[in-house]
Amino acid sequence: MTSLTGKKLFPHKLLSVFMLGLWLLMNNTIAPGHWVLGAILAWAIPFFTQEFWPQSMVIAKPFKAVRFLLLVLWDIVIANVQVAFLIMGPRKKLQPAFMRIPLDLKQDFTITLLANTISLTPGTVSVDLQMEDGYLLVHGLDVKDIDTTIAEIKNRYEKPLKEIFECSNP
Amino acid sequence: MSVTVEIIISVFLILGACFALVGSLGLARLQDFFMRLHGPTKATTLGVGGMIIGSIIFFSTGDQELSLHELLIALFLFITAPVSAHIVGKAALHRQLRCEARTRNVPWGNEGDDSVDIN
Amino acid sequence: MLQSVIQLTMLIVGLALALNLWRLCIGPTMTDRILALDTMYINSIAMLILFGMHEQSTLYFEGALLIAVMGFVGTVALSKYLLRGDIIE
Repeated sequence: MTSLTGKKLFPHKLLSVFMLGLWLLMNNTIAPGHWVLGAILAWAIPFFTQEFWPQSMVIAKPFKAVRFLLLVLWDIVIANVQVAFLIMGPRKKLQPAFMRIPLDLKQDFTITLLANTISLTPGTVSVDLQMEDGYLLVHGLDVKDIDTTIAEIKNRYEKPLKEIFECSNP
Repeated sequence: MSVTVEIIISVFLILGACFALVGSLGLARLQDFFMRLHGPTKATTLGVGGMIIGSIIFFSTGDQELSLHELLIALFLFITAPVSAHIVGKAALHRQLRCEARTRNVPWGNEGDDSVDIN
Repeated sequence: MLQSVIQLTMLIVGLALALNLWRLCIGPTMTDRILALDTMYINSIAMLILFGMHEQSTLYFEGALLIAVMGFVGTVALSKYLLRGDIIE
């Protein structure tokens, strides 16, 4: 599907679907006219800006991606309740700590996803990324044991992300 | 609008408002900057999320047609909240703000008392 | 009943906004103030959504979305200024 100028006709299929959904949500309608207009925009914008997006996102395992999304959503709710109790409880008892999480992920996009997931879930915020040394600096609000927390984050979030996006090029 | 729907909307609204309040409370009462960073990023996203669910139910049952465009705000906030927390945290790291003495593993190796305090 | 619940919720969110304002005023460092502003715009989005329900109008949704976009850009620009001393490199 490569044209004369070396451009692909559909460079980012997932982005196009996402943009169509966004357009319909923004106009708050499912009228046929908006489907057409949205489809044209969803094709044209990725097509004409494809030089800016050299890497294309590929979801290798869609089923696992949906499961991961549900897991993260559930963890966000749990995290909120936990953090709410931590905030309202006695503040002298909190045990904050910085943690260095060594990264197995290689691609920028997956690292971004991991950092965002960490920030949204239980009592941890990612504050810095050191690409050269390959670790993510994370601040925890109430960390009992640093090594267990790091292992839990790696198991719970990094492993599924690696399987979903990067299993084709290990 | 029936009473059951009103009760469901009320529960979502009050839950959301409580989370927003708790997040702001965390911002106001925790001791050092990095601990304060946790309050807003966690609690306010769910706070706005709860209110948006309430609003979707409210407008969908009121006008008899589905109204989902509030979801856009929730989607946008869930994408941007971690990013802004990350970059504010990075700015704080850059300035090497004072941490609580009991914080472990501080990257610039201070123990709280002999810290560099640049305002 | 729903109207009084919405008013109560607006009171709670207003309290949250007042707490943010307090942190914005005392906040010992610049980053604290940026964080307070960030929280403040998220809370004002909540307030706008509530006000839209109070007035039974969907017009306020656009305002809320605009605040969400602009607030994010503002936070990033301010933090970037602290990081580099420059916004556009």
